Amino acid sequence: MVRSELAVPGLQLVDQDTFNQAFTMHGTIMLFLFIIPTLSGFANYIVPLQLGAPDMAFPRINALSFWLLPLGGLLIFSGYLFGGAAAEGWTSYAPLTAKEHSPGVGTDLWIIGLTLVGTASILGAVNFITTIFKMRAPGMTLFRMPIFVWTVLVTAVLILLATPVLTAGLIALFIDRNYGGSFFDPSVGGNPILWQHIFWFFGHPEVYIVILPAMGVVSEVLPVFSRKPLFGYKAFVFATIAIGLLSWTVWAHHMFTTGAVFLPFFSFMTALIAIPTGIKMFNWLGTLYRGKITLTTAMLFALGFIAMFLIGGISGVMLASPPIDFHVQDTYFVVAHLHYVFFGGAVFGVFAATYYWFPKMTGRMLNEPLGKVHFWMHFIGFNLAFFPMHQLGLSGMPRRISDYSPDSGWMYLNIVSTVGAFLIAASIIPFLINVISSLINGEPAGDDPWEGNTLEWATTSPPPPYNFDKLPPIHSERPLFFLTHGHGHAAEHPDDLEEHPVDDAEHREGLV
Amino acid sequence: MTAGTLPAQPAEGHEPIPTHATGMPTPMVGMLLFIASEVMFFGGLFATYFNARASVGPDNWHPPSGTELDLPLAAVLTAILVASSFTMQFGVWAIRRGDTGKLKLWTAITLGLGILFLSGQLYDYSELGFGISDGVFGTVFYTLTGFHGAHVFGGAVGLTILLARATRGQFSAHNHVAVEAVSIYWHFVDVVWIAVFSTIYLLG
Repeated sequence: MVRSELAVPGLQLVDQDTFNQAFTMHGTIMLFLFIIPTLSGFANYIVPLQLGAPDMAFPRINALSFWLLPLGGLLIFSGYLFGGAAAEGWTSYAPLTAKEHSPGVGTDLWIIGLTLVGTASILGAVNFITTIFKMRAPGMTLFRMPIFVWTVLVTAVLILLATPVLTAGLIALFIDRNYGGSFFDPSVGGNPILWQHIFWFFGHPEVYIVILPAMGVVSEVLPVFSRKPLFGYKAFVFATIAIGLLSWTVWAHHMFTTGAVFLPFFSFMTALIAIPTGIKMFNWLGTLYRGKITLTTAMLFALGFIAMFLIGGISGVMLASPPIDFHVQDTYFVVAHLHYVFFGGAVFGVFAATYYWFPKMTGRMLNEPLGKVHFWMHFIGFNLAFFPMHQLGLSGMPRRISDYSPDSGWMYLNIVSTVGAFLIAASIIPFLINVISSLINGEPAGDDPWEGNTLEWATTSPPPPYNFDKLPPIHSERPLFFLTHGHGHAAEHPDDLEEHPVDDAEHREGLV
Repeated sequence: MTAGTLPAQPAEGHEPIPTHATGMPTPMVGMLLFIASEVMFFGGLFATYFNARASVGPDNWHPPSGTELDLPLAAVLTAILVASSFTMQFGVWAIRRGDTGKLKLWTAITLGLGILFLSGQLYDYSELGFGISDGVFGTVFYTLTGFHGAHVFGGAVGLTILLARATRGQFSAHNHVAVEAVSIYWHFVDVVWIAVFSTIYLLG
């Protein structure tokens, strides 16, 4: 809808206020109610399986956090029933959110709903961390955990420590709006910039909360369909931890243009985060190198993730440089960047996870040709929709506008972008057909259709309520591989064992 | 996780499904993680406090003119809450020896001190003469102390449940993880108050 309005100059479809509500809801829904819950859903299902555990550590807290989510979501939506939903953008900057500028109750419902969603995330994070530290099967040491579990662990720590800060900020905003507080009101000593600090102190770790599990999915899918172990397992783990740590030091790069932050520090730290991310690129490319690659749909989405995330990463480093940021702040260049990271990154990860784990969760295979149709429509539509935004941003088109002048020269690229958005929407049709028809009469999957590496493939598809009847011995991060292709090696570093069997004599020679 | 969800018999040659009886009990891990998130929550509130103090300027940082904070009352409340942390810990040591009677006694005293603290705080609010909407000082003062008070209330609910469960004889020297978890939460709430008191009343 946002894209349709922008296709050609002039307000054709909706009015200004509806448009503002639409992009606020789009941002909130996509980040808080789609990407995060979907990835935590997969994590909830897969993490205990990959650890060889019967369930999460606190099943009842798990249920509570699950049910808080739709409650929070409904509150956010219910703004539409009471005179209009929140309309200040998902970042809801002060003083736009002050009572005199946004009198509607929609904003209050947005605050309460988001607080509940945040609480659900915090409880979920407590549960994930406890599960990972307390519920691992015998032999499953920390450095034998699947990469997906590692990324979920770091993500959960970020959620645990970042979300409460947002909660504090939301409460402050609520007090300002409803009890005459003045946190963000400069006329009596408050500070509107404070909201930006609080929001982005949460908001930037939030970006990694969204992207890290998707990176984990990709790091599960790539080795399986390259028939190789992940290249540089420990480097990947430490890069993940490094991203988690660095994410606390970069929040103010969203605020360069406020003039109130120390540019060199935040610019440097932001550029620094490209290093662990670059390490991961090496991990992935090294995994693919000389692998026996099978282009299943899951693999296509994983490869799409790498390519799109690379573009998003590069435009991110560009934005880390204050001179460029000053030029393009709040333009479509930023919109392009964040969609390449969130959509090209996280959403591709979600689909890779869906195609990869669907057989485990349902016991039936998804249809591969239909999946490939979905992938290509999605991939082409995505690039049509978001690549032109880079150019639009550089030529000055601001974000969050519902209309622009006919002589700005932005119309052609906007049409391309809108066509792309419709192609993405259309790509969901083959996906839904695929899911429904596969659920009814898809090919039976068996326990381990992909010849996977990790423990979830050791049990039946779908797994019994207690997950495992028996567990294979765990001597590496790929217990299943060693169960079926076992070597006598200790397998702490199983690099390329199947392709380059170590000649024992040579090996001994190398040691002396 | 109930016993019924565990597989009855692991297959031959495999180790049994883990229970991880060693190390810190699982509920304690959960409680400590929850407290970590609470630390960040109060961290956010303290950030708003110091931000407001900095933008007003430390020299102009005081309650609205004509009113002032009640330092003696706050000091007494601080003493009450700190004392309650000790009585709580006496209860924990009692149940570690298996002494349910002493646990009940110390828990009841702790609960009483907590209620005393909350009543004192409400009395303080009624006497102060400025409200949450009277400038940014009022806003951050009531937000910080109010959310701390809400956490004391939450702890008091936990203590009440402990008392009820202790009365039914549900705790023993080997089975009292709920007592440990509530006590660690109570200590946390106490420590937060020490930070609130030092920041608002002593630093000024």
